Amino acid sequence: MTGQLVNRWLIGIYLAGFFTYLFGPLIVMGITAFNSSNYPAVVPFEGATLEWFRILLSDGEVVQGLRTSLLIGVLVVCVSVPVGLAGAIVLTQIHARARPLYYLVVVSPVLTPGVIIGISTVIFWRDVTQTTGIRMFYDGIVMTVLSQSSFISAYCMLILLARLQRFDRSLEEAALDLGATHAQVFRDVLLPFLRPAMLSASVLAFLASFENYNTTTFAILADKTLTTVLAGRVRQGSTPAISALAVMIVAITVAAAVAYEILKRRDDARRKARKAAAAAEEGRDLTPVVVGGAPQSAMAD
Amino acid sequence: MHSSVGHALILALPVVVVAFYAMTAWLERRRAGANAPISFFKRNGIAVSIYLIAAVTLWTILMIVLPQLYMIDLSFRPKLPPNQMGGPKDLYTLENYQYFLFGSTRSTAQWNIIHIKAFALTIGASIVVTAFNLALCYPVAFYMAKVSTPARLRLLMLMLIAPYWVNEILRAFAIRILLASSGVVNQALIGLGLVDQPVDFLGLDIGMYAGLSYAYLLMMVFPLYNAIESLDRNQIEAARDLGAPWWHIHAFIVLPHAKPGIASGCTLVFMLTAGALAAPLILGGPSTLWFTPIVYDRFYQAFNWSQGAAYALLLLLACILFVLAAMRIGKLSLGEITR
Amino acid sequence: MAAAVELDKVSIRFGDFTAVDDATLAIEPGEFFSFLGPSGCGKTTLLRTISGFIEPTDGSVRIGGADMRGQGPNSRPTALIFQNLALFPMMSVAENIAYGLRVRGTSKTERRKVADRLLDLIALPGQGDKRIDELSGGQKQRIAIARALAVEPKVLLLDEPLSALDLKLRHHMRNELRAIQRRVGITFIYITHDQGEALTMSDRVAVMNKGVIEQVADGRTLYETPRTAFVASFVGENNAFIGTVAETDGDIAQVASPAGPLSGRNLRKLRRSSEAVLFVRPEALFVDAEGPLAARTGEVAYEGSQTHATFTLSGGGTVTVTFGRGETVPEPGAHVRLGFAPEDAIVLPREGYADA
Ligand SMILES: Nc1ncnc2c1ncn2[C@@H]1O[C@H](COP(=O)(O)OP(=O)(O)OP(=O)(O)O)[C@@H](O)[C@H]1O
Ligand SMILES: [Mg+2]
Repeated sequence: MTGQLVNRWLIGIYLAGFFTYLFGPLIVMGITAFNSSNYPAVVPFEGATLEWFRILLSDGEVVQGLRTSLLIGVLVVCVSVPVGLAGAIVLTQIHARARPLYYLVVVSPVLTPGVIIGISTVIFWRDVTQTTGIRMFYDGIVMTVLSQSSFISAYCMLILLARLQRFDRSLEEAALDLGATHAQVFRDVLLPFLRPAMLSASVLAFLASFENYNTTTFAILADKTLTTVLAGRVRQGSTPAISALAVMIVAITVAAAVAYEILKRRDDARRKARKAAAAAEEGRDLTPVVVGGAPQSAMAD
Repeated sequence: MHSSVGHALILALPVVVVAFYAMTAWLERRRAGANAPISFFKRNGIAVSIYLIAAVTLWTILMIVLPQLYMIDLSFRPKLPPNQMGGPKDLYTLENYQYFLFGSTRSTAQWNIIHIKAFALTIGASIVVTAFNLALCYPVAFYMAKVSTPARLRLLMLMLIAPYWVNEILRAFAIRILLASSGVVNQALIGLGLVDQPVDFLGLDIGMYAGLSYAYLLMMVFPLYNAIESLDRNQIEAARDLGAPWWHIHAFIVLPHAKPGIASGCTLVFMLTAGALAAPLILGGPSTLWFTPIVYDRFYQAFNWSQGAAYALLLLLACILFVLAAMRIGKLSLGEITR
Repeated sequence: MAAAVELDKVSIRFGDFTAVDDATLAIEPGEFFSFLGPSGCGKTTLLRTISGFIEPTDGSVRIGGADMRGQGPNSRPTALIFQNLALFPMMSVAENIAYGLRVRGTSKTERRKVADRLLDLIALPGQGDKRIDELSGGQKQRIAIARALAVEPKVLLLDEPLSALDLKLRHHMRNELRAIQRRVGITFIYITHDQGEALTMSDRVAVMNKGVIEQVADGRTLYETPRTAFVASFVGENNAFIGTVAETDGDIAQVASPAGPLSGRNLRKLRRSSEAVLFVRPEALFVDAEGPLAARTGEVAYEGSQTHATFTLSGGGTVTVTFGRGETVPEPGAHVRLGFAPEDAIVLPREGYADA
């Protein structure tokens, strides 16, 4: 018994240490955001201030970077989710002999360092531009979207694949049997079934894009995203304004996480209620019979 | 060989591969006659089929395969001004790799110590960081998978994910604030009287290793958790009933079962660490040379893209070798690793 | 009037495996028709062929007189009720029911009207806005039927629709299905491996075995005059005696079996010395001092209206005998002789009969 107690204590201490490691640096950074000292510091705490937030929001480069990041994030979602969806569907249908090669190709971006994805994209499109003379693709934002999408699509594919594998093909057949065309089956049955997974894939794709640095820094050329602006600032020297930015991001994160948790709880409760309703209905299964129960005109006209 | 030949080969390769598989599938259908499974176009309808094929072709060919092949191609070509590219001087060469080894495209007299050392350091340190993260995360993953209650599990998950919504740069920055000479840790150490001078954590690269490990903890916890979670709790109980000591249970029951998760976590962490750019830039001491910043400098400081491509390829090869080793040691397939 | 569904020499092969072998039959409009057979005999395959998910390897399927070759499931006038129902979980009950109309471009108000009418028909009025996972098993069953009926098919195909329900509900739904069929008056093709379902609901039943349709007839005919040894043993309880035909005399054949010479109706006109099986129903056997079978009473199971008893034959093997109320049942262990009227026994070719 005491052995177990000791074990519980050890585990508790270990977890506490682990999460201190995880959160400690962020908390310290958060405190520095509110300290009026010029260098990010906790002590001496020279008085609470919101000044760093004001400086941050009037910093044109940061705001511009943020705009670019948001734009790229949205574009990446628009590319990655449809591409990942197609990738997942094709994986379930492709000829068995081609599947290993196909799988190797589509998951390789997940196992390739981000810098290399950025590098190869830039090299490729530079060459395309040189040989064809089309300048459209040799553009920081376009190439960042393309390079980020190459691996974010793979994330999306893996998420969608997990859900797709639980898809009951008889739903598709039922829709066909009722007269739907293949396009209607896709729109009315498959897409709604995948919608939750597509939502999570979109969120994940946006976040992955928004915080990406390694790929972006190679592909963005002369433009700047929030992360590349930040990287430049941090390397030049640190001001608490950067801590302020981190605090804002963490605050948004926590708010989003709490909102997500609440939505999930509500959804769970709703599902539970439905199940209870279904169970209650079982009792009535045996009562009404069609004959006499329904009005005569039901099918006659 | 002239580079235009290489380009022709590169462009032909995807076409040939796709055509080969299309041919075999077509022949098989013909041989099967009426028994052939429903065709791709019939199964999806024309519009959806076109979307699927277009999206997948763009992705695999234009976004994955061709860029990689072009990078490999460029790494074997000399550095030339744009107007000479594709010209008579554009012949395949090993000079970029020679530069990596000897620091010069002509002489082989001296080893390129700085770059070789940086490469070796990057690979070695990445392996150490990976092993460290595995050891650090295993208890947490085990606790989450087999000990914790569902409610607590959800909280733990949230606590694990939340820090990762903070940008990689900012996470490195947070470590820097923490470990700076006037940072909290140094002040605490001095306050406790353990040291009388601030410790130069950053100059000693302790900051960088801490930051690298810190950056990708999550990538280790989740694959481990998923793998351990699928282990039947009864197996652990049975072993405990038989009197197996706790380390025995972990070494001979849990760890073997978690092998796919370990391989997958290690692969991801290794790849991310070896390819990390933010932590070395922000936390590296002045004398540290991580390999990725060197690659970056080849491109945007030295403007020698051919060399940059060669360096990138070396890094990629190291990662591929690591994945292959993980697959071989764990006797796993690619699908199990990327699950 | 053309038959609702005609199968003309339909064979379906998967590689070397023949799932349906040379099936020919015609199903009449308004008929409740069942396919009965053990698991894996090709029932689902045949049904999917009628609905258009599988093209026959040989032969043709005609629906309402029209050849269906090349027509996909979405252009055939059939509707299929899937074994697992396949209701769309992301749509409400009414949307499920009206889905077939939606893809045909029917207006929203019209769709709602049809859904409400069908909900009345299946005795679930006013439940249109519920979600699928709020329904009980029996309700889902009925929604699936309503969804199929909404497209006004000529033929409704049902693949073991009751197999997921518990026993009591299954019996209840049998009556409801039959009632719905009478009411809407279209052809129902029903698949089951439960002979009770097939015999109680259907106008006619096709008994299938290993991809072959062995006999098509109404329930009584199947029970009283099976055409093959498989049908005789699969439909209802039966006692089998394997042997060779020793003698034929008009409609009666005598089979030399290990239990002795036994006589029965020679429906298939078997010749002397051909291999045969003689079948006698348990209720056709009775205690008879003159009877051909010497036996010792084994277990006796009293079931109220009747009593089942097993007997061990002196020539080897066992038989089951059903005694009605008022008949005297021998004590367990008693030695008796059993007999039957030759008109109550049937002699069929042994071919295809595996049971030893
Ligand atoms: N697509 C297919 N490819 C190969 N064999 C198949 C295919 N579909 C069915 N079969 C085989 O055909 C046989 C008949 O299958 P079918 O599903 O029609 O049986 P069933 O009578 O419906 O059985 P159950 O009562 O179990 O549903 C089975 O042996 C099955 O393995
Ligand atoms: Mg079946």
